[in-house]
Amino acid sequence: MEDDQELERKISGLKTPMAEGERKTALEMVQAAGTDRHCVTFVLHEEDHTLGNSLRYMIMKNPEVEFCGYTTTHPSESKINLRIQTRGALPAVEPFQRGLTELMNVCQHVLDKFEASIKEYKDQKASRNEATF
Amino acid sequence: MAAAQAVEEMRNRVVLGEFGVRNVHTTNFPGNYSGYDDAWDQDRFEKNFRVDVVHMDENSLEFDMVGIDAAIANAFRRILLAEVPTMAVEKVLVYNNTSIVQDEILAHRLGLIPIHADPRLFEYRNQGDEEGTEIDTLQFRLQVRCTRNPHAAKDSSDPNELYVNHKVYTRHMTWVPLGNQADLFPEGTIRPVHDDILIAQLRPGQEVDLLMHCVKGIGKDHAKFSPVATASYRLLPDITLLEPVEGDAAEELSRCFSPGVIEVQEIQGKKVARVANPRLDTFSREVFRNEKLKKVVRLARVRNHYIFSVESTGVLPPDVLVSEAIKVLMGKCRRFLDELDAVQMD
Repeated sequence: MEDDQELERKISGLKTPMAEGERKTALEMVQAAGTDRHCVTFVLHEEDHTLGNSLRYMIMKNPEVEFCGYTTTHPSESKINLRIQTRGALPAVEPFQRGLTELMNVCQHVLDKFEASIKEYKDQKASRNEATF
Repeated sequence: MAAAQAVEEMRNRVVLGEFGVRNVHTTNFPGNYSGYDDAWDQDRFEKNFRVDVVHMDENSLEFDMVGIDAAIANAFRRILLAEVPTMAVEKVLVYNNTSIVQDEILAHRLGLIPIHADPRLFEYRNQGDEEGTEIDTLQFRLQVRCTRNPHAAKDSSDPNELYVNHKVYTRHMTWVPLGNQADLFPEGTIRPVHDDILIAQLRPGQEVDLLMHCVKGIGKDHAKFSPVATASYRLLPDITLLEPVEGDAAEELSRCFSPGVIEVQEIQGKKVARVANPRLDTFSREVFRNEKLKKVVRLARVRNHYIFSVESTGVLPPDVLVSEAIKVLMGKCRRFLDELDAVQMD
């Protein structure tokens, strides 16, 4: 127990070993001391508002989440800090995972509907062209 | 009753006031409004979501996405601009450039030329690889020499008559197949999108002789890799008349908006204004400059109805670009889900 340190940073992340010691961590988790796993800050590397804002929206839609926000640390660094605090004792990783899965489902549905719409438009145009000949 | 209406307006409309915009941010998260269940429900989303294609031709696409939130619509727009990959000229090997255009300016111009090659059939080049292989590189040759035209008239001053090959166009770029590319790509499919882009101008004795390597990249790295001329969206306008507008005021009102938005009809001898097609309006807010009419109209936008407009540079058809953008967002989510699974296994 490191009581003399005010903030215990428990950094866990997947480190893929690459040539010349080049670190390629995509995701890190940072936790403040004392709190159990329901408040976590995720550091997502090589990401910006594109994923940050849409993921924040999906996670906020979860009624178990008390707080969710993201910020870009500095415009020159391409990473975001996404903080999730849950109500009760639910581990924060769970809404994060659920948010990602739900965002994927939304994209899949949008893709299906879009492609169906495009196909319908093309068929309509083709049948209209045929009718004029 | 009025309170319920106000709440509905707060949830569904972005209101454009005279001096500012109200209700901009999404507020329908669980717990904000009593009596509303705002938790994410995939079935409810699927029931309310629809896509309508308004117009499509080979380079531009206009479609509506209804029932989605700004965060996700904006993510698609950002990905269309910056993260859908294309092929573009990255390295220019200059053998001879005696033209008036400097090497680096010429190389910059060549990089911006859109290349008609499906980027999905290529890989990214590995970092540190200088040569490039057939799976990640396209080669083009540009070799033009300008000479004097011996058959020109004596006193002509028209450069088109006097000189031969004095303008270097993209049609002078020839594709040099690498490895098995000649078998994979039939003749004429790998070329610049437009063959009439002017690259440089020459005079007799000047020559441009260079070799170009095209690689796959994304707009985030350099704007030359962006596959869209532009991709944008706007929210569907919603114009409501708070009181009936009649007579000359109706004519005035129709002039305050874009043509076709307000229609003036003759009912029982009186001219009455009616909102015919709010979608056409560009919200110049001219109506707020008119003292009488500004109290009569409420300008708003429907918060979850997005009118997308995608214009492609010609590399890929615009509907393919939108599909690719959605797949890129799915790829990002999948990447973090895989990371999470790997971390949790430790």
